[in-house]
Amino acid sequence: MKSRTSLLFILLGLLLIALFAIDMVVGKVAISVGDLWGALCGSDQLDPSTLLIIRSIRLVKALVAIAAGAALAVSGLQMQTLFRNPLAGPFVLGISSGASLGVALLLLGAPLLGLQASTLFSSFGLAGAAWIGSALVLLLIASVSRRIKDIMVILILGMMLSSGIDAVVQILQYLSNEGALKSFVIWTMGSLGDVTTTQLWLLLLALCGGLILAVAAIKPLNLLLLGEQYARTMGLSIRRARLLIFLSTILLAGTVTAFCGPVGFIGLAVPHLARLLFRQADHRVLLPASALTGSCVLLLCDIISKWFTLPINTITALMGIPIVVWVVIRHKNIA
Amino acid sequence: MIELDRITLGYEGRTLVKQASAHFQAGQLTALIGRNGTGKSTLLRAIIGLGGLTEGSIRIAGKALETITPPQIAREIAFVTTERVRIANLRCRDVVALGRAPYTNWIGHMQEEDRRIVEQALERVGMIDYLDRTMDRMSDGECQRVMIARALAQQTPIMLLDEPTSFLDLPGRYELADLLGRLAHEEQKCILFSTHELDIAEQLCDSIALIDTPQLHHLPIEQMRQSGLIERLFRTTRNR
Repeated sequence: MKSRTSLLFILLGLLLIALFAIDMVVGKVAISVGDLWGALCGSDQLDPSTLLIIRSIRLVKALVAIAAGAALAVSGLQMQTLFRNPLAGPFVLGISSGASLGVALLLLGAPLLGLQASTLFSSFGLAGAAWIGSALVLLLIASVSRRIKDIMVILILGMMLSSGIDAVVQILQYLSNEGALKSFVIWTMGSLGDVTTTQLWLLLLALCGGLILAVAAIKPLNLLLLGEQYARTMGLSIRRARLLIFLSTILLAGTVTAFCGPVGFIGLAVPHLARLLFRQADHRVLLPASALTGSCVLLLCDIISKWFTLPINTITALMGIPIVVWVVIRHKNIA
Repeated sequence: MIELDRITLGYEGRTLVKQASAHFQAGQLTALIGRNGTGKSTLLRAIIGLGGLTEGSIRIAGKALETITPPQIAREIAFVTTERVRIANLRCRDVVALGRAPYTNWIGHMQEEDRRIVEQALERVGMIDYLDRTMDRMSDGECQRVMIARALAQQTPIMLLDEPTSFLDLPGRYELADLLGRLAHEEQKCILFSTHELDIAEQLCDSIALIDTPQLHHLPIEQMRQSGLIERLFRTTRNR
Protein backbone atom coordinates (compact mmCIF):
# COMPACT_ATOMS: atom_id res chain seq x y z
CA MET A 1 0.00 0.00 0.00
CA LYS A 2 2.81 2.36 0.97
CA SER A 3 4.62 1.70 -2.31
CA ARG A 4 1.47 2.28 -4.35
CA THR A 5 1.05 5.68 -2.66
CA SER A 6 4.67 6.74 -3.23
CA LEU A 7 4.56 5.53 -6.83
CA LEU A 8 1.42 7.53 -7.51
CA PHE A 9 2.96 10.66 -5.98
CA ILE A 10 6.04 10.28 -8.19
CA LEU A 11 3.92 9.70 -11.31
CA LEU A 12 1.70 12.68 -10.55
CA GLY A 13 4.77 14.82 -9.93
CA LEU A 14 6.21 13.85 -13.34
CA LEU A 15 2.81 14.46 -14.96
CA LEU A 16 2.71 17.92 -13.37
CA ILE A 17 6.13 18.79 -14.83
CA ALA A 18 5.12 17.51 -18.26
CA LEU A 19 1.81 19.39 -18.25
CA PHE A 20 3.60 22.52 -17.05
CA ALA A 21 5.99 22.34 -20.00
CA ILE A 22 3.16 21.69 -22.48
CA ASP A 23 1.15 24.57 -21.02
CA MET A 24 4.14 26.86 -21.53
CA VAL A 25 4.69 25.98 -25.20
CA VAL A 26 1.03 25.87 -26.27
CA GLY A 27 -0.61 29.14 -27.25
CA LYS A 28 -1.16 31.65 -30.01
CA VAL A 29 2.59 32.15 -30.38
CA ALA A 30 4.42 28.86 -30.84
CA ILE A 31 7.41 28.50 -28.56
CA SER A 32 9.99 25.74 -28.89
CA VAL A 33 11.02 23.60 -25.93
CA GLY A 34 14.56 24.90 -26.36
CA ASP A 35 13.44 28.52 -26.07
CA LEU A 36 11.37 27.61 -23.02
CA TRP A 37 14.34 25.97 -21.32
CA GLY A 38 16.53 28.94 -22.15
CA ALA A 39 14.05 31.49 -20.84
CA LEU A 40 13.51 29.62 -17.59
CA CYS A 41 17.25 29.18 -17.05
CA GLY A 42 17.82 32.89 -17.40
CA SER A 43 19.46 32.92 -20.83
CA ASP A 44 19.50 36.39 -22.44
CA GLN A 45 20.22 35.13 -25.96
CA LEU A 46 16.52 34.96 -26.81
CA ASP A 47 14.26 37.28 -28.72
CA PRO A 48 12.98 39.84 -26.13
CA SER A 49 9.32 39.37 -27.16
CA THR A 50 9.57 35.58 -26.70
CA LEU A 51 11.19 36.17 -23.35
CA LEU A 52 8.37 38.51 -22.37
CA ILE A 53 5.68 36.03 -23.43
CA ILE A 54 7.30 33.22 -21.51
CA ARG A 55 8.24 35.04 -18.34
CA SER A 56 5.42 37.52 -17.77
CA ILE A 57 2.48 35.82 -19.48
CA ARG A 58 2.76 32.06 -19.79
CA LEU A 59 4.80 31.45 -16.64
CA VAL A 60 2.42 33.53 -14.52
CA LYS A 61 -0.61 31.80 -16.01
CA ALA A 62 0.84 28.32 -15.53
CA LEU A 63 1.76 29.11 -11.92
CA VAL A 64 -1.76 30.45 -11.34
CA ALA A 65 -3.20 27.20 -12.76
CA ILE A 66 -0.99 25.07 -10.49
CA ALA A 67 -1.76 27.13 -7.39
CA ALA A 68 -5.49 27.54 -8.09
CA GLY A 69 -5.96 23.86 -8.94
CA ALA A 70 -4.32 22.77 -5.70
CA ALA A 71 -6.23 25.34 -3.63
CA LEU A 72 -9.67 24.50 -5.03
CA ALA A 73 -9.10 20.75 -4.69
CA VAL A 74 -7.92 21.04 -1.08
CA SER A 75 -10.82 23.26 -0.03
CA GLY A 76 -13.26 20.94 -1.83
CA LEU A 77 -11.80 17.97 0.06
CA GLN A 78 -12.19 19.82 3.37
CA MET A 79 -15.84 20.66 2.63
CA GLN A 80 -16.63 17.07 1.59
CA THR A 81 -15.21 15.70 4.82
CA LEU A 82 -16.65 18.40 7.08
CA PHE A 83 -20.16 17.98 5.68
CA ARG A 84 -19.76 14.22 5.05
CA ASN A 85 -21.26 14.88 1.66
CA PRO A 86 -19.71 13.79 -1.65
CA LEU A 87 -21.45 16.62 -3.48
CA ALA A 88 -19.96 19.37 -1.34
CA GLY A 89 -17.37 21.63 -2.94
CA PRO A 90 -15.50 24.81 -2.08
CA PHE A 91 -18.51 26.95 -2.99
CA VAL A 92 -21.26 25.25 -0.92
CA LEU A 93 -21.05 27.89 1.77
CA GLY A 94 -21.60 30.76 -0.65
CA ILE A 95 -18.00 31.78 -1.39
CA SER A 96 -18.57 32.20 -5.11
CA SER A 97 -21.89 33.96 -4.55
CA GLY A 98 -20.28 36.36 -2.11
CA ALA A 99 -17.47 37.02 -4.58
CA SER A 100 -19.88 37.54 -7.46
CA LEU A 101 -21.89 40.00 -5.34
CA GLY A 102 -18.69 41.96 -4.66
CA VAL A 103 -17.81 41.99 -8.35
CA ALA A 104 -21.39 42.76 -9.38
CA LEU A 105 -21.52 45.73 -7.02
CA LEU A 106 -18.29 47.01 -8.52
CA LEU A 107 -19.01 46.33 -12.21
CA LEU A 108 -22.78 46.74 -12.26
CA GLY A 109 -23.72 48.66 -9.12
CA ALA A 110 -21.19 51.48 -9.45
CA PRO A 111 -22.36 52.58 -12.96
CA LEU A 112 -25.96 52.44 -11.73
CA LEU A 113 -25.06 54.94 -9.04
CA GLY A 114 -23.44 57.12 -11.66
CA LEU A 115 -19.89 56.38 -10.55
CA GLN A 116 -17.23 55.80 -13.18
CA ALA A 117 -16.09 52.19 -13.00
CA SER A 118 -12.63 53.13 -14.21
CA THR A 119 -12.01 55.42 -11.23
CA LEU A 120 -12.72 52.51 -8.92
CA PHE A 121 -10.43 50.22 -10.90
CA SER A 122 -7.18 50.16 -9.12
CA SER A 123 -5.15 47.06 -9.87
CA PHE A 124 -6.80 45.21 -6.99
CA GLY A 125 -10.33 46.59 -7.45
CA LEU A 126 -11.98 43.52 -8.94
CA ALA A 127 -10.08 40.96 -6.90
CA GLY A 128 -10.48 43.02 -3.74
CA ALA A 129 -14.24 43.35 -4.17
CA ALA A 130 -14.58 39.62 -4.83
CA TRP A 131 -12.39 38.68 -1.89
CA ILE A 132 -14.25 40.96 0.52
CA GLY A 133 -17.58 39.57 -0.71
CA SER A 134 -16.60 35.94 -0.18
CA ALA A 135 -14.86 36.59 3.14
CA LEU A 136 -17.92 38.42 4.51
CA VAL A 137 -20.22 35.55 3.52
CA LEU A 138 -17.98 32.95 5.11
CA LEU A 139 -17.45 34.97 8.29
CA LEU A 140 -21.23 35.28 8.56
CA ILE A 141 -21.59 31.49 8.21
CA ALA A 142 -18.74 30.90 10.66
CA SER A 143 -20.25 33.19 13.31
CA VAL A 144 -23.69 31.60 12.94
CA SER A 145 -22.17 28.11 13.06
CA ARG A 146 -20.87 28.71 16.59
CA ARG A 147 -24.46 28.45 17.82
CA ILE A 148 -25.53 25.57 15.57
CA LYS A 149 -24.81 22.00 16.57
CA ASP A 150 -25.93 20.13 13.48
CA ILE A 151 -23.50 20.53 10.59
CA MET A 152 -26.29 19.79 8.07
CA VAL A 153 -28.13 22.93 9.20
CA ILE A 154 -25.01 24.94 8.37
CA LEU A 155 -24.84 23.34 4.93
CA ILE A 156 -28.47 24.26 4.24
CA LEU A 157 -27.95 27.81 5.56
CA GLY A 158 -24.92 28.20 3.30
CA MET A 159 -26.82 27.03 0.24
CA MET A 160 -29.82 29.27 1.01
CA LEU A 161 -27.56 32.25 1.63
CA SER A 162 -25.81 31.76 -1.70
CA SER A 163 -29.14 31.42 -3.53
CA GLY A 164 -30.31 34.64 -1.88
CA ILE A 165 -27.15 36.47 -2.90
CA ASP A 166 -27.47 35.12 -6.45
CA ALA A 167 -30.94 36.64 -6.61
CA VAL A 168 -29.56 40.05 -5.60
CA VAL A 169 -26.87 39.69 -8.26
CA GLN A 170 -29.56 38.89 -10.84
CA ILE A 171 -31.42 42.07 -9.92
CA LEU A 172 -28.21 44.03 -10.51
CA GLN A 173 -27.72 42.25 -13.85
CA TYR A 174 -31.29 42.99 -14.90
CA LEU A 175 -30.86 46.71 -14.21
CA SER A 176 -27.46 47.08 -15.87
CA ASN A 177 -26.47 48.22 -19.32
CA GLU A 178 -25.01 45.84 -21.89
CA GLY A 179 -21.36 46.84 -21.54
CA ALA A 180 -21.24 46.37 -17.78
CA LEU A 181 -23.27 43.17 -18.06
CA LYS A 182 -20.85 41.64 -20.54
CA SER A 183 -17.80 42.33 -18.40
CA PHE A 184 -19.61 40.74 -15.46
CA VAL A 185 -20.65 37.64 -17.42
CA ILE A 186 -17.08 37.21 -18.67
CA TRP A 187 -15.85 37.37 -15.05
CA THR A 188 -18.25 34.54 -14.12
CA MET A 189 -16.70 32.36 -16.85
CA GLY A 190 -13.40 32.40 -15.04
CA SER A 191 -9.94 33.24 -16.30
CA LEU A 192 -6.46 32.23 -15.24
CA GLY A 193 -4.80 34.89 -17.37
CA ASP A 194 -5.86 38.13 -15.68
CA VAL A 195 -3.36 37.90 -12.84
CA THR A 196 -0.42 40.32 -12.97
CA THR A 197 3.04 39.45 -11.67
CA THR A 198 2.51 41.53 -8.50
CA GLN A 199 -0.89 39.94 -7.93
CA LEU A 200 0.68 36.50 -8.37
CA TRP A 201 2.79 37.02 -5.27
CA LEU A 202 -0.27 38.05 -3.27
CA LEU A 203 -2.16 35.03 -4.60
CA LEU A 204 0.66 32.64 -3.72
CA LEU A 205 1.07 34.15 -0.25
CA ALA A 206 -2.65 33.80 0.56
CA LEU A 207 -2.75 30.24 -0.79
CA CYS A 208 0.32 29.26 1.25
CA GLY A 209 -1.46 30.56 4.35
CA GLY A 210 -4.56 28.57 3.43
CA LEU A 211 -2.56 25.41 2.80
CA ILE A 212 -0.76 25.73 6.16
CA LEU A 213 -4.16 25.94 7.88
CA ALA A 214 -5.34 22.96 5.83
CA VAL A 215 -2.34 20.90 6.94
CA ALA A 216 -3.07 21.90 10.54
CA ALA A 217 -6.62 20.61 9.95
CA ILE A 218 -5.47 17.13 8.83
CA LYS A 219 -5.98 15.40 12.18
CA PRO A 220 -9.37 17.10 12.83
CA LEU A 221 -10.45 16.10 9.30
CA ASN A 222 -9.51 12.47 9.92
CA LEU A 223 -11.55 12.47 13.12
CA LEU A 224 -14.46 14.16 11.33
CA LEU A 225 -14.64 11.19 8.94
CA LEU A 226 -16.63 9.44 11.67
CA GLY A 227 -18.91 12.48 12.14
CA GLU A 228 -18.83 15.37 14.58
CA GLN A 229 -20.26 13.33 17.46
CA TYR A 230 -17.54 10.68 17.33
CA ALA A 231 -14.91 13.35 16.71
CA ARG A 232 -15.92 15.08 19.93
CA THR A 233 -15.71 11.91 21.98
CA MET A 234 -12.16 11.47 20.70
CA GLY A 235 -11.20 14.87 22.07
CA LEU A 236 -11.76 17.20 19.11
CA SER A 237 -12.96 20.73 19.80
CA ILE A 238 -15.60 21.05 17.08
CA ARG A 239 -15.73 24.85 17.22
CA ARG A 240 -12.01 25.20 16.75
CA ALA A 241 -11.94 22.61 13.95
CA ARG A 242 -14.78 24.32 12.06
CA LEU A 243 -13.13 27.73 12.42
CA LEU A 244 -9.80 26.36 11.17
CA ILE A 245 -11.46 24.78 8.13
CA PHE A 246 -13.56 27.88 7.36
CA LEU A 247 -10.53 30.20 7.55
CA SER A 248 -8.57 27.86 5.31
CA THR A 249 -11.48 27.90 2.83
CA ILE A 250 -11.61 31.72 2.77
CA LEU A 251 -7.89 31.87 2.03
CA LEU A 252 -7.92 29.08 -0.58
CA ALA A 253 -11.22 29.22 -2.46
CA GLY A 254 -11.91 32.88 -1.66
CA THR A 255 -8.56 34.04 -3.03
CA VAL A 256 -8.73 31.89 -6.15
CA THR A 257 -12.26 33.15 -6.88
CA ALA A 258 -11.12 36.73 -6.34
CA PHE A 259 -8.33 36.49 -8.92
CA CYS A 260 -9.69 33.91 -11.38
CA GLY A 261 -13.47 34.08 -11.03
CA PRO A 262 -15.64 31.18 -9.90
CA VAL A 263 -13.75 28.22 -11.41
CA GLY A 264 -16.20 25.35 -11.11
CA PHE A 265 -15.98 21.57 -10.68
CA ILE A 266 -12.28 21.34 -9.80
CA GLY A 267 -13.06 21.45 -6.09
CA LEU A 268 -15.91 18.98 -6.44
CA ALA A 269 -14.37 16.45 -8.85
CA VAL A 270 -10.68 16.36 -7.96
CA PRO A 271 -10.99 14.95 -4.40
CA HIS A 272 -13.01 12.06 -5.87
CA LEU A 273 -10.34 11.50 -8.48
CA ALA A 274 -7.68 11.48 -5.74
CA ARG A 275 -9.70 8.94 -3.69
CA LEU A 276 -10.11 6.79 -6.77
CA LEU A 277 -6.39 6.86 -7.58
CA PHE A 278 -4.99 6.48 -4.06
CA ARG A 279 -7.80 4.38 -2.51
CA GLN A 280 -7.22 6.09 0.82
CA ALA A 281 -9.39 8.02 3.25
CA ASP A 282 -6.52 9.31 5.42
CA HIS A 283 -6.11 13.05 4.88
CA ARG A 284 -2.36 12.79 5.39
CA VAL A 285 -2.40 11.16 1.94
CA LEU A 286 -5.58 12.61 0.46
CA LEU A 287 -4.69 16.25 1.07
CA PRO A 288 -1.37 16.33 -0.84
CA ALA A 289 -2.88 13.92 -3.37
CA SER A 290 -5.82 16.25 -4.03
CA ALA A 291 -3.51 19.26 -4.26
CA LEU A 292 -1.24 17.57 -6.81
CA THR A 293 -4.15 16.13 -8.82
CA GLY A 294 -5.86 19.54 -8.77
CA SER A 295 -2.78 21.25 -10.18
CA CYS A 296 -2.50 18.66 -12.97
CA VAL A 297 -6.20 18.83 -13.86
CA LEU A 298 -6.32 22.63 -13.99
CA LEU A 299 -3.14 22.76 -16.10
CA LEU A 300 -4.74 20.25 -18.48
CA CYS A 301 -7.92 22.36 -18.59
CA ASP A 302 -5.83 25.44 -19.35
CA ILE A 303 -4.07 23.65 -22.22
CA ILE A 304 -7.41 22.52 -23.68
CA SER A 305 -8.94 25.96 -23.25
CA LYS A 306 -6.01 27.45 -25.18
CA TRP A 307 -6.46 24.96 -28.02
CA PHE A 308 -10.12 25.83 -28.42
CA THR A 309 -9.82 29.43 -27.14
CA LEU A 310 -12.74 28.90 -24.77
CA PRO A 311 -13.22 30.20 -21.20
CA ILE A 312 -11.66 27.98 -18.52
CA ASN A 313 -14.98 27.35 -16.75
CA THR A 314 -16.53 25.62 -19.75
CA ILE A 315 -13.58 23.22 -19.86
CA THR A 316 -13.50 22.47 -16.12
CA ALA A 317 -17.23 21.71 -16.24
CA LEU A 318 -16.94 19.45 -19.29
CA MET A 319 -13.97 17.63 -17.69
CA GLY A 320 -15.40 17.55 -14.16
CA ILE A 321 -18.94 16.37 -14.83
CA PRO A 322 -17.95 12.98 -16.32
CA ILE A 323 -15.59 12.36 -13.38
CA VAL A 324 -18.34 13.04 -10.84
CA VAL A 325 -20.89 10.96 -12.75
CA TRP A 326 -18.42 8.09 -13.09
CA VAL A 327 -17.46 8.15 -9.42
CA VAL A 328 -21.08 8.35 -8.25
CA ILE A 329 -22.13 5.44 -10.44
CA ARG A 330 -19.13 3.23 -9.68
CA HIS A 331 -19.08 3.75 -5.94
CA LYS A 332 -22.39 4.11 -4.27
CA ASN A 333 -20.75 4.61 -0.90
CA ILE A 334 -18.66 7.70 -1.30
CA ALA A 335 -17.78 9.99 1.53
CA MET B 1 -15.89 6.14 38.39
CA ILE B 2 -19.13 7.73 37.19
CA GLU B 3 -21.16 9.54 39.84
CA LEU B 4 -24.56 10.94 38.98
CA ASP B 5 -25.82 13.38 41.60
CA ARG B 6 -29.52 14.26 41.41
CA ILE B 7 -29.43 14.71 37.64
CA THR B 8 -32.36 15.69 35.48
CA LEU B 9 -32.23 14.87 31.78
CA GLY B 10 -34.39 16.20 29.01
CA TYR B 11 -34.87 18.34 25.95
CA GLU B 12 -37.02 21.40 25.35
CA GLY B 13 -39.59 20.93 28.08
CA ARG B 14 -39.59 17.15 27.91
CA THR B 15 -38.14 15.57 31.04
CA LEU B 16 -36.84 12.03 30.67
CA VAL B 17 -35.13 11.34 33.98
CA LYS B 18 -35.70 13.38 37.11
CA GLN B 19 -33.46 13.84 40.17
CA ALA B 20 -31.62 10.58 39.62
CA SER B 21 -28.49 9.55 41.51
CA ALA B 22 -26.28 6.56 40.81
CA HIS B 23 -22.69 5.41 41.10
CA PHE B 24 -21.05 3.19 38.49
CA GLN B 25 -17.85 1.57 39.74
CA ALA B 26 -14.63 0.36 38.15
CA GLY B 27 -14.51 -3.33 37.34
CA GLN B 28 -18.24 -3.57 36.77
CA LEU B 29 -20.30 -4.28 33.67
CA THR B 30 -23.63 -2.53 33.86
CA ALA B 31 -26.55 -2.91 31.45
CA LEU B 32 -28.78 0.11 30.96
CA ILE B 33 -32.33 -0.99 30.19
CA GLY B 34 -35.64 0.76 29.65
CA ARG B 35 -38.40 1.14 27.11
CA ASN B 36 -37.86 2.98 23.82
CA GLY B 37 -37.60 6.74 24.16
CA THR B 38 -37.07 6.74 27.92
CA GLY B 39 -33.65 8.36 27.73
CA LYS B 40 -31.05 5.58 27.61
CA SER B 41 -29.07 7.27 24.84
CA THR B 42 -29.58 10.67 26.44
CA LEU B 43 -28.10 9.40 29.70
CA LEU B 44 -25.03 8.00 27.91
CA ARG B 45 -24.61 11.21 25.91
CA ALA B 46 -24.94 13.33 29.07
CA ILE B 47 -22.21 11.32 30.81
CA ILE B 48 -19.75 12.12 28.01
CA GLY B 49 -20.78 15.77 27.92
CA LEU B 50 -22.75 15.82 24.67
CA GLY B 51 -25.72 17.57 26.27
CA GLY B 52 -29.13 16.72 27.68
CA LEU B 53 -28.25 17.48 31.31
CA THR B 54 -30.57 20.15 32.71
CA GLU B 55 -29.99 19.82 36.48
CA GLY B 56 -27.61 18.12 38.87
CA SER B 57 -23.98 17.18 38.40
CA ILE B 58 -21.95 14.36 36.90
CA ARG B 59 -18.51 13.47 38.23
CA ILE B 60 -16.01 11.46 36.20
CA ALA B 61 -13.17 9.89 38.21
CA GLY B 62 -13.80 12.43 40.94
CA LYS B 63 -13.80 15.49 38.68
CA ALA B 64 -16.88 17.53 37.78
CA LEU B 65 -17.76 16.97 34.11
CA GLU B 66 -17.99 20.67 33.25
CA THR B 67 -14.42 21.28 34.43
CA ILE B 68 -12.92 18.63 32.09
CA THR B 69 -11.87 19.63 28.55
CA PRO B 70 -12.81 17.46 25.53
CA PRO B 71 -9.25 16.10 25.16
CA GLN B 72 -9.23 15.11 28.84
CA ILE B 73 -12.65 13.45 28.55
CA ALA B 74 -11.33 11.49 25.56
CA ARG B 75 -8.71 9.91 27.84
CA GLU B 76 -11.34 9.01 30.46
CA ILE B 77 -14.33 7.83 28.41
CA ALA B 78 -14.69 6.03 25.09
CA PHE B 79 -18.09 5.99 23.42
CA VAL B 80 -19.65 3.74 20.79
CA THR B 81 -22.84 5.23 19.35
CA THR B 82 -25.65 3.62 17.36
CA GLU B 83 -24.63 5.67 14.32
CA ARG B 84 -23.69 3.52 11.34
CA VAL B 85 -20.33 4.60 10.02
CA ARG B 86 -19.29 3.36 6.59
CA ILE B 87 -16.53 5.25 4.88
CA ALA B 88 -15.23 4.05 1.53
CA ASN B 89 -11.47 3.46 1.43
CA LEU B 90 -11.17 3.62 5.21
CA ARG B 91 -9.37 0.51 6.42
CA CYS B 92 -10.09 -1.20 9.72
CA ARG B 93 -6.65 -0.29 11.00
CA ASP B 94 -7.27 3.39 10.14
CA VAL B 95 -10.60 3.44 12.01
CA VAL B 96 -9.11 1.84 15.11
CA ALA B 97 -6.07 4.14 14.81
CA LEU B 98 -8.43 7.12 15.20
CA GLY B 99 -8.99 5.86 18.74
CA ARG B 100 -5.35 6.80 19.43
CA ALA B 101 -6.13 10.46 18.58
CA PRO B 102 -6.08 11.65 22.21
CA TYR B 103 -2.47 10.44 22.47
CA THR B 104 -0.94 11.19 19.06
CA ASN B 105 0.73 14.43 17.93
CA TRP B 106 -0.76 17.30 15.89
CA ILE B 107 -0.87 15.35 12.62
CA GLY B 108 -1.82 12.01 14.21
CA HIS B 109 1.51 10.22 13.77
CA MET B 110 1.38 6.62 14.98
CA GLN B 111 4.29 5.31 17.07
CA GLU B 112 5.22 1.61 17.18
CA GLU B 113 3.40 1.39 20.52
CA ASP B 114 0.20 2.87 19.01
CA ARG B 115 0.26 0.31 16.18
CA ARG B 116 0.62 -2.50 18.69
CA ILE B 117 -2.38 -1.20 20.67
CA VAL B 118 -4.46 -1.00 17.48
CA GLU B 119 -3.66 -4.61 16.60
CA GLN B 120 -4.39 -5.78 20.14
CA ALA B 121 -7.76 -4.03 20.06
CA LEU B 122 -8.70 -5.71 16.78
CA GLU B 123 -7.47 -9.03 18.18
CA ARG B 124 -9.73 -8.67 21.21
CA VAL B 125 -12.88 -8.20 19.11
CA GLY B 126 -11.82 -11.03 16.80
CA MET B 127 -11.23 -8.81 13.76
CA ILE B 128 -7.46 -9.06 13.40
CA ASP B 129 -7.81 -10.67 9.96
CA TYR B 130 -9.66 -7.57 8.75
CA LEU B 131 -6.74 -5.13 9.33
CA ASP B 132 -6.59 -4.01 5.70
CA ARG B 133 -10.24 -4.55 4.78
CA THR B 134 -12.12 -1.33 3.92
CA MET B 135 -15.34 -0.48 5.73
CA ASP B 136 -17.53 -0.47 2.63
CA ARG B 137 -16.85 -4.19 2.27
CA MET B 138 -17.94 -5.27 5.73
CA SER B 139 -21.24 -6.32 7.29
CA ASP B 140 -23.03 -4.20 9.89
CA GLY B 141 -21.92 -6.52 12.67
CA GLU B 142 -18.30 -6.37 11.53
CA CYS B 143 -18.40 -2.56 11.39
CA GLN B 144 -19.84 -2.58 14.90
CA ARG B 145 -16.96 -4.70 16.20
CA VAL B 146 -14.43 -2.40 14.55
CA MET B 147 -16.02 0.61 16.22
CA ILE B 148 -15.73 -1.21 19.55
CA ALA B 149 -12.06 -1.95 18.82
CA ARG B 150 -11.63 1.78 18.19
CA ALA B 151 -13.08 2.49 21.63
CA LEU B 152 -10.69 -0.08 23.14
CA ALA B 153 -7.71 1.55 21.45
CA GLN B 154 -8.65 4.76 23.23
CA GLN B 155 -7.53 2.95 26.45
CA THR B 156 -9.96 4.66 28.76
CA PRO B 157 -11.02 3.52 32.24
CA ILE B 158 -14.66 4.09 31.23
CA MET B 159 -16.51 2.74 28.19
CA LEU B 160 -20.05 3.69 27.17
CA LEU B 161 -21.82 1.75 24.42
CA ASP B 162 -25.21 2.57 22.98
CA GLU B 163 -26.95 -0.66 21.95
CA PRO B 164 -23.74 -2.38 20.90
CA THR B 165 -25.49 -5.70 20.29
CA SER B 166 -28.09 -4.39 17.88
CA PHE B 167 -26.37 -5.37 14.62
CA LEU B 168 -25.13 -8.74 15.86
CA ASP B 169 -26.64 -12.21 15.57
CA LEU B 170 -27.55 -14.16 18.71
CA PRO B 171 -24.15 -15.85 19.33
CA GLY B 172 -22.48 -12.54 18.45
CA ARG B 173 -24.52 -10.76 21.12
CA TYR B 174 -23.45 -13.19 23.83
CA GLU B 175 -19.84 -13.09 22.66
CA LEU B 176 -19.82 -9.32 22.81
CA ALA B 177 -21.39 -9.14 26.28
CA ASP B 178 -18.91 -11.76 27.42
CA LEU B 179 -16.04 -9.68 26.01
CA LEU B 180 -17.31 -6.55 27.76
CA GLY B 181 -17.54 -8.51 31.01
CA ARG B 182 -13.95 -9.74 30.69
CA LEU B 183 -12.74 -6.19 29.93
CA ALA B 184 -14.52 -4.89 33.00
CA HIS B 185 -13.21 -7.60 35.30
CA GLU B 186 -9.69 -8.13 33.92
CA GLU B 187 -8.81 -4.50 33.19
CA GLN B 188 -10.91 -2.92 35.92
CA LYS B 189 -12.87 -0.85 33.42
CA CYS B 190 -16.21 0.73 34.22
CA ILE B 191 -18.49 -0.31 31.34
CA LEU B 192 -22.05 0.88 30.83
CA PHE B 193 -24.06 -0.23 27.81
CA SER B 194 -27.68 0.22 26.83
CA THR B 195 -29.55 -2.81 25.54
CA HIS B 196 -32.94 -4.37 24.94
CA GLU B 197 -31.61 -7.88 25.62
CA LEU B 198 -32.96 -8.63 29.08
CA ASP B 199 -31.49 -12.16 29.06
CA ILE B 200 -27.99 -10.84 28.40
CA ALA B 201 -28.41 -8.16 31.02
CA GLU B 202 -29.51 -10.65 33.67
CA GLN B 203 -27.02 -13.39 32.81
CA LEU B 204 -23.79 -11.57 32.04
CA CYS B 205 -23.82 -8.21 33.84
CA ASP B 206 -22.81 -7.25 37.36
CA SER B 207 -25.52 -4.67 37.78
CA ILE B 208 -28.48 -3.21 35.95
CA ALA B 209 -29.51 0.39 35.60
CA LEU B 210 -33.18 0.65 34.74
CA ILE B 211 -35.02 3.73 33.58
CA ASP B 212 -38.60 3.68 34.85
CA THR B 213 -39.65 7.16 33.71
CA PRO B 214 -38.79 9.48 35.35
CA GLN B 215 -36.76 7.40 37.79
CA LEU B 216 -33.42 5.68 37.38
CA HIS B 217 -32.79 2.56 39.47
CA HIS B 218 -29.31 1.12 39.72
CA LEU B 219 -28.97 -2.15 41.61
CA PRO B 220 -26.64 -5.16 41.66
CA ILE B 221 -27.99 -7.98 39.55
CA GLU B 222 -29.45 -10.09 42.42
CA GLN B 223 -31.27 -7.20 44.04
CA MET B 224 -32.56 -6.02 40.66
CA ARG B 225 -34.00 -9.49 39.97
CA GLN B 226 -35.73 -9.65 43.34
CA SER B 227 -37.04 -6.09 43.16
CA GLY B 228 -39.58 -7.00 40.49
CA LEU B 229 -38.81 -3.74 38.67
CA ILE B 230 -37.94 -5.49 35.42
CA GLU B 231 -41.19 -7.47 35.38
CA ARG B 232 -43.18 -4.38 36.17
CA LEU B 233 -41.61 -2.45 33.32
CA PHE B 234 -41.46 -5.05 30.58
CA ARG B 235 -44.05 -7.68 31.32
CA THR B 236 -47.07 -5.79 32.57
CA THR B 237 -48.31 -4.93 29.12
CA ARG B 238 -48.40 -8.59 28.15
CA ASN B 239 -50.45 -9.67 31.17
CA ARG B 240 -52.97 -6.90 30.85
